Amino acid sequence: MIRKAVVRGPYVRPMQGWWRRDPFFVRYMVREATALAVLAYAIVLMIGVLRLAQGESAWNRWLDALQTPWSMALHLVLLVAFAVHAKSWFDIMPKTMPMMFAGGRRVAASTITRTGYAATIAASIALFALAWWWQS
Amino acid sequence: MKRSNAPIFWLLFGAGGMLSALLGTMLVFITGIAVPLGWPLRSTTMSYPFMLSFAQHWLGKGFLFIVIALFAWHAMHRIFHSLHDIGIRTGTAAKLVCYGGALLITAVAAASLLSLGF
Repeated sequence: MIRKAVVRGPYVRPMQGWWRRDPFFVRYMVREATALAVLAYAIVLMIGVLRLAQGESAWNRWLDALQTPWSMALHLVLLVAFAVHAKSWFDIMPKTMPMMFAGGRRVAASTITRTGYAATIAASIALFALAWWWQS
Repeated sequence: MKRSNAPIFWLLFGAGGMLSALLGTMLVFITGIAVPLGWPLRSTTMSYPFMLSFAQHWLGKGFLFIVIALFAWHAMHRIFHSLHDIGIRTGTAAKLVCYGGALLITAVAAASLLSLGF
């Protein structure tokens, strides 16, 4: 008796929409997606320094481009994404950094996160103050 | 045993993530909203003469280079490691595109900034 082997491809578990099943995964994907905003902003700034190197008229055209509604809308999205990135970066920092001890006790996760938030607020104020000081 | 190059990419990812968390939001606000809108900063804040002298000073030049390069390496590293999550098989090609992209952004920024002189 001859038996024919049934040839099938290996089972591939579908992964369509896997991250929508759990709020934890949704937060993870949102966190990862902020990288797109960071990339977009790096490219915006790269074009900026490139235009600066090309001379005054090229630079002014870049400034004009920044004033278009498209650019404003893009930067509003980037602003939100960067804020989400900053918050999530310090939210997961207690897990991503090496264990820290103070006075023989492990530094609490909430302390690390709050220190990060405070540092971001302080750095933002300092940066804005510099821009304010330098504006002409 | 061949040494892994992963720590280098991870270091750039971590440094870029920290810098973008600390300064990114306010930078986007200043360059993308406040100055183009003319409020609350004047629209002349990023005028050509000022930005030229900013980018010619070693501190300003270094700041611009570090921000652009680290943001790019951070983002590309994160995107590379997220490809698997959205069902894209990662191999040498994906790695070349991601890290090559970061390298390209770094190179363009470096060349532009260097050509401005000191």
